[in-house]
Amino acid sequence: MFAAAMIAVIAALVLVVIRVVKGPTIFDRVLAGNSVGTLAIILVAVLGFLNGRPEFLDIALTYGVLNLISTLAILKFFRHGDLAHDAQEDDA
Amino acid sequence: MILLDVASWALILAGSAFIIVGALGILRFPDVYTRMHAASVIDTLGAGFLFAGLMLQAGFTQVTLKLLFILLLFFFTGPVITHALAQAALHAGLKPEIDEDRRDRLRDGSLPDAGRQP
Amino acid sequence: MRLISFGMILFLFWLSLSGYFKAFLLTGGLLCTLFVLYVSRRMKLLDSEGYPAHLLAAASTYWPWLLWEIIKAGWSVTKAILKPGRSISPVMTRVVAGQHTSAGIATYANSITLTPGTITTGVKGNILTVHALERSGALDLEDGGMDARVSRFERGG
Repeated sequence: MFAAAMIAVIAALVLVVIRVVKGPTIFDRVLAGNSVGTLAIILVAVLGFLNGRPEFLDIALTYGVLNLISTLAILKFFRHGDLAHDAQEDDA
Repeated sequence: MILLDVASWALILAGSAFIIVGALGILRFPDVYTRMHAASVIDTLGAGFLFAGLMLQAGFTQVTLKLLFILLLFFFTGPVITHALAQAALHAGLKPEIDEDRRDRLRDGSLPDAGRQP
Repeated sequence: MRLISFGMILFLFWLSLSGYFKAFLLTGGLLCTLFVLYVSRRMKLLDSEGYPAHLLAAASTYWPWLLWEIIKAGWSVTKAILKPGRSISPVMTRVVAGQHTSAGIATYANSITLTPGTITTGVKGNILTVHALERSGALDLEDGGMDARVSRFERGG
């Protein structure tokens, strides 16, 4: 049963990666990239159950936090073109 | 315990189905804003049902607790990411493809006690 | 009071993640808890907005209700995805958030975004701009059923 779930998640990953490649805007890619992260977390969790080693969940939890930060960082980068945005620079 | 197994399998299968449906929606919908709705199906229903099934498999253990933490993480960070993405896309001037614009029914901050602190 | 309860939550979180009860690791967890408490007190995070402990009892009835809303909304989005042809009618609208605290408005906005089919795209004061996948979803929000439920949650019911 875990194998079926894994196949489903991998199939979903393929579909989402197609959207990452096709775009067309940067926001489509960020959205799909974030979904790839979510699916990777689910994949790691299911993989842990498939191997009988649920310790994998710690990795999934860490990946979840990283996924949030990386997505927000990418969004901020494309909004301001700069990670350490300083509002005063806009005037200069 | 056969009943528990059947229930958990049903939940895992339902979660898998919602994950594939969400991915299909991301592929199929016409613009970013509509695709976000499909992505949130993966985040909430897909992950929710799948992890509920895994929790039933694990029983009352530390594993269940960790699965719950991951789900809580999804439920608290999912809206943050979606909102940030939608706002960034609007800020960049990306127009949503909409059938009807009902934004005129209220103007920004038209109520006097907007955002009042207690 | 807030500090103590937050510290207990943090330490329980550590315990549930580690699962080991050796003296060395317990001491490490205690030190980490104290450090996080010190930092969050210095950053003044533990006010009614950053750590809404008074809403905990109300959350026990609000979250199951929200969960059911998510399942219902998710099902209608699923149908929209699987139906062939153009099955969606995207609408943008504005709704009033009737809550009086920023924590309440944030809860409402996040609940809208969390339910599939509706996304809060902007917040100005207590007016939320919402993108809905289907026209019926936007009209439901304008009716204010969820708004009333969140207001009840905010008052602690």
